[in-house]
Amino acid sequence: MLSRVADSLYWMSRYLERAENTVRQLDVTMSLMLDTGGASAETRWKRLLVSLGKPTGMEWNGDLEAMAQKLIFDNLCPAAVTYCLNGARENARQAREEISTEQWQRLNRLFHHIHSPNAQAQFGSSINDLLASVIDGIHLFKGVSDTTMIHGQGWQFIRLGRYLERAYATATMLEVYQEDLFNPQEREHSGYQYLEMVGLLRCCTSFEAYCQVYTADLAPDRILEFLLLNRDFPHAILYCVDGIRSAIESIQRAGGRRSPDDLTAGIGRLHALLGYTSINEILAGDTHAFLHTIREQCLRIHEQIYRYYVHYSIQSALAV
Amino acid sequence: MSAGHSVELETLFGDYPLDRAFDEMREANGELRSHYRALAETLASLPADELQRRKQSADLSFLTQGITFTVYGRDEGTERIFPYDLLPRLITGAEWDHIERGLTQRITALNLFLRDVYSDAKILSDRVIPRELVYSCKHYRRQMRGLQVPRNVYIAVVGSDLLRLNTGEFVVLEDNLRVPSGVSYMLTNRRVMKRTFPQLFSSYGVRPIEHYAQLLLATLRSLAPEGRPEPNIVLLTPGVFNSAYFEHTYLARQMGIDLVEGRDLVTHDNIVYMRTTDGLKRVDVIYRRVDDDFSDPLVFRGDSSLGCAGLFNAYRAGNVTVTNAFGTGLADDKAVYAYVPRMIRYYLNEDPILPNVETYLLSEDKERKHVLANLDKLVVKAVGESGGYGMLIGPHSTAKQREEFARQIEANPRNYIAQPTLDFSRAPCLINNRLEPRHVDLRPYVLFGDKVNIVPGGLTRVALEKGSLVVNSSQGGGSKDTWVLE
Repeated sequence: MLSRVADSLYWMSRYLERAENTVRQLDVTMSLMLDTGGASAETRWKRLLVSLGKPTGMEWNGDLEAMAQKLIFDNLCPAAVTYCLNGARENARQAREEISTEQWQRLNRLFHHIHSPNAQAQFGSSINDLLASVIDGIHLFKGVSDTTMIHGQGWQFIRLGRYLERAYATATMLEVYQEDLFNPQEREHSGYQYLEMVGLLRCCTSFEAYCQVYTADLAPDRILEFLLLNRDFPHAILYCVDGIRSAIESIQRAGGRRSPDDLTAGIGRLHALLGYTSINEILAGDTHAFLHTIREQCLRIHEQIYRYYVHYSIQSALAV
Repeated sequence: MSAGHSVELETLFGDYPLDRAFDEMREANGELRSHYRALAETLASLPADELQRRKQSADLSFLTQGITFTVYGRDEGTERIFPYDLLPRLITGAEWDHIERGLTQRITALNLFLRDVYSDAKILSDRVIPRELVYSCKHYRRQMRGLQVPRNVYIAVVGSDLLRLNTGEFVVLEDNLRVPSGVSYMLTNRRVMKRTFPQLFSSYGVRPIEHYAQLLLATLRSLAPEGRPEPNIVLLTPGVFNSAYFEHTYLARQMGIDLVEGRDLVTHDNIVYMRTTDGLKRVDVIYRRVDDDFSDPLVFRGDSSLGCAGLFNAYRAGNVTVTNAFGTGLADDKAVYAYVPRMIRYYLNEDPILPNVETYLLSEDKERKHVLANLDKLVVKAVGESGGYGMLIGPHSTAKQREEFARQIEANPRNYIAQPTLDFSRAPCLINNRLEPRHVDLRPYVLFGDKVNIVPGGLTRVALEKGSLVVNSSQGGGSKDTWVLE
């Protein structure tokens, strides 16, 4: 398929994933703020921002509603929901002939919804409903993507974008949260500690899945293990890296062109890092550095994909 | 018509006025034309708000499908749905057969003209058309001289604009031979209409148009370079900011071909490639929706990055087909237009089936004098423009506008033509839950590969503003579905 179109599908998918991530984290942060006994609202907001990649112009001003309004509707802030949805739709437009009409209509409907006066009204009356409607829209889009699109290269680029974005965002979030998780403040009541942990899991929609594996017995090391190393849960980083690997393999198979060694090696390295390390080893070492390495490797994989599939030099392509 | 209906028809029509213009629905004496009767009765039988409800549901369907066009010059909300009218425009089978024959004849002659002008130019030596007129046309491309075009087809995709005069006769207003657009609206209008009036549609026995994309693909395939049995066909678009981008994506999807932008293409050794995830892939046929000027910065405008450097040389070498060919705008120059009937007689030895609109060439002293004296009655158009730009509608103009145009005409008479202000036909439209007449034209879409193919119907464009004569979407026009009856 056309390189430009592949790139658009990839970014469409990344933007949607990013929007979903913002919505979830905002939702969880706001609900944690209801329990005033824990960390202050400002601390929580700061943590949210770091976790979302430190967007500028979002500094805490004491008015949660105004802040939330910005984080949802600001068309200029790269972490904001509308910004991400605009990006997703703009990229979908670029790849319009590659995606199905059902996909396009879903995305379009979501786009028009978030920009409608209705969405503003919903924000005023029930912000939870608004956030839930965005998540619903994204889920529906993913659903029709899986059922109405050929599972060829284009679809694989969508998967690639989704998993890479998710792996990166989850690693970022864990990096931010792990300090609070492992070094709880003395004064904090165990109930707040529990809420914190549920919050973290809910940011990745993984509370119920966690309970199925470990029961509701929440412990920081298990949470970390689950979100990093679980092979079966779609929001765990290892699962995402598995997804990246299989997407690249399929793209290669469909196109009949071998991926360059450094891309395969990069993905393999990250996969091995997660696949053959136990949580005890990670905790015994520098957890922070470990999470940071994951992020860096994700970035490298992204660059290699771009260099090899999208922006390759013509001279080298002619030489083949 | 039963008595009960006529009361409701009366409220629906209210004071539906008739004037000098041909009305598509009613005879001069106010009687319904027989083929419109079933439509009128259906409308009258619907509950009062039902039409509005169907209109809203159709609107929503256009919006979620993203069937929009771009309004230039605004940052936000640059997309609008293309306004359309819920009521179909009906054309009888006999009327259509006449149009079809006329267009086939006309397109054949225009293609022969292009081939002639870009090779031996016999029509010029025989003094049927003044040499100066052709060579002074801004869309004439010297680069095309002596170039062998695949199958001698210059104009594979055409969208001619027809009007119906008060005599009931169809005339050709313009031959759009460059990159005519709007066919996606024809196709989506039909889909929405089938859902809006299913029973009515099936009771009318409307000729189908849905195979247009397939015909277009077959046309493009038939023009592929020799020795490329499985041609890679692409649609070249200027990109998302083009007002017709929706149409480009729509057609690419319906045909199952790649939609490329200039930046996706590279040329090497006179072969065009596109950049894919599997490396470079050769391109054989380009359905070009980018104007000549922007197609190849090495040959045409050097400051444009919408096209592909080296494209023209690859085309000249016969390694890629580009359609429509470059330089076809020559034949839809509004001054050259005046000579089309003469072309038809010259090349085909036939009388034109569809007449032209009377046209004054302002480079002729006598005609210019007449026009300048009658600017308030005439329509003046710049010869190389389209989309309703560069136009003066005499009866609707101010003295200041007329002065301005008179000055421009004196300065560059070759650049303008004038035509009488036409009373072209009107069709009923749904305006605020009532039927009101609005002026309409008709743009059928013609394909020319192995032979000339025209899907029955086309896009009926509507001047939605009361009394307005301008149907262009860029100027407040809309569209309606066109039903050609069996």
